[in-house]
Amino acid sequence: MTAFFYRKPKLRLGFLLSPPLLWLGLAYLGALAALFVTAFWHTDSFTGQVVVEWSMDNFKTLFTDAVYRTITFRTVGIAALVTVIDAVIAFPMAYAMAKLASSRAQRILVIAIMTPLWASYLVKAYAWRSMLSGNGALSWLSPGYGVTATIITLSYLWLPYMILPIYAGLDRLPDSLVDASGDLGARSFRTFRSVILPLTFPAIVAGSIFTFSLSLGDYIAVKIVGGTSQMLGNVVYDNIGAANNLPFAATVATVPVVIMLAYLAAVRRTGALDNL
Amino acid sequence: MRKLLWAALGLGLAVIYFPLAVVLLDSFNADTTFGWPPSEFTLEWWSRAASNEGALNALWTSVQAGLAATAIALVLGTMAAFALQRYRFFGRNPVSLLIILPIALPGIVTGIALNNAFRTILGIDLGLLTAVIAHATFCIVVVFNNVVARLRRMGGNLEEASMDLGATGFTTFRLVTFPMLRSALLAGGLLAFALSFDEIIVTTFTLGTGMETLPIWIYNNLFRPNQAPIVNVVAALLIVASTVPVYLAQRLSGDTASGGRL
Repeated sequence: MTAFFYRKPKLRLGFLLSPPLLWLGLAYLGALAALFVTAFWHTDSFTGQVVVEWSMDNFKTLFTDAVYRTITFRTVGIAALVTVIDAVIAFPMAYAMAKLASSRAQRILVIAIMTPLWASYLVKAYAWRSMLSGNGALSWLSPGYGVTATIITLSYLWLPYMILPIYAGLDRLPDSLVDASGDLGARSFRTFRSVILPLTFPAIVAGSIFTFSLSLGDYIAVKIVGGTSQMLGNVVYDNIGAANNLPFAATVATVPVVIMLAYLAAVRRTGALDNL
Repeated sequence: MRKLLWAALGLGLAVIYFPLAVVLLDSFNADTTFGWPPSEFTLEWWSRAASNEGALNALWTSVQAGLAATAIALVLGTMAAFALQRYRFFGRNPVSLLIILPIALPGIVTGIALNNAFRTILGIDLGLLTAVIAHATFCIVVVFNNVVARLRRMGGNLEEASMDLGATGFTTFRLVTFPMLRSALLAGGLLAFALSFDEIIVTTFTLGTGMETLPIWIYNNLFRPNQAPIVNVVAALLIVASTVPVYLAQRLSGDTASGGRL
């Protein structure tokens, strides 16, 4: 039986590939497709049941209502800002880890960066809430709960997601290239701009996929430290829960999907996806 | 320049760990409003948390969901890793994109897509099983990444040698392939479990009503002032507990190549 499989590599590939493909392709992609379809339906305002009737009304509301436009721009703005802040903070940290630390220190540092990644998202958001509160540890510089607090908290939450891919990218970058650039007379900034940055750019983009996507869909951190400001995630969440309007929630949810797919398509060429 | 970079790394780590230290310290803070700096310390919250039924039930649900999702992810992730690492075929790039999609798309999208599929399309009631299915979906990539890194490093020579020496495919897998993969599987499994254990957004949309995983329990009790000290203890416990899988996974995987991967 195994010999039979060995002589038929195509059959073996099919055997290996079909379970994961069925799960992800059929179940997951199917669910995503169904969500997109639901976005064209609406709920009966009297019974609260989903009515299967095709219309663009949900999308019309989404695009014409000023509230949703503001929330969309705010969400994308926050996600972009968080990504830039994380990239700027993460790069020097990752550089010190990859190029300055000994290999023993490197392992410890990777663990030190990874640990908070798994240490409960909520705990960390909550820690910022208590630190930024009126009598918390950072009350003296606290901007109060709002968009700024949200940006600080999200940047903090997703920082390790940016550091790790950049670290891996820098770790793969041969030291000899940096040395060669120096030997040819380039100062550190020139080396950074012309050698290090172009070669690690895919890694930075890989990190940005995480920070951008995670910020784009967040509704919990903004509830914890954002005061009354809302992001797209809150609109989706409220429409599923309190408003019981699943079709409109689906409509709103297509916004981050379209943005992320566009982003993924745009960065495909940089090779960032192999750095994930 | 070197000093500046070291300083950036040190400062960054300090910023990363400061809030966690605050939570740890606050779990011993006698003041229920967590005034800063703490004036008095107590162990009372820890003993109260140990007998808190809601938290313990939630912990059990989290463990069940995590174990089941990890088991599924291990099987599917490993199969996908073999297929993509050992074969070249049409549509290979879209398939690898498909595997990372569940973590590349915002959690809320995955959450409501599955919620909608279960409830509206399939007519299944949400429960523990639906949450397990959802968790497994985004855990696959973690196992996949770890196994791919290992397969890339180990190549196919030893397996071919085993086959040449007359071992059947199954024997080769049992005696050659699996032992070489074992630590990568364990590392991937640990990280998948940790990912599932900490997940809240997808869980919110796919877990049955009235059920709670630990993150959901924390979220439900976060805004209740009299529960705050116990939430703090659970939080502190999670911070300490999370170091274990990460440390073990790093020791086990031994691939610096996968060090930067999830």
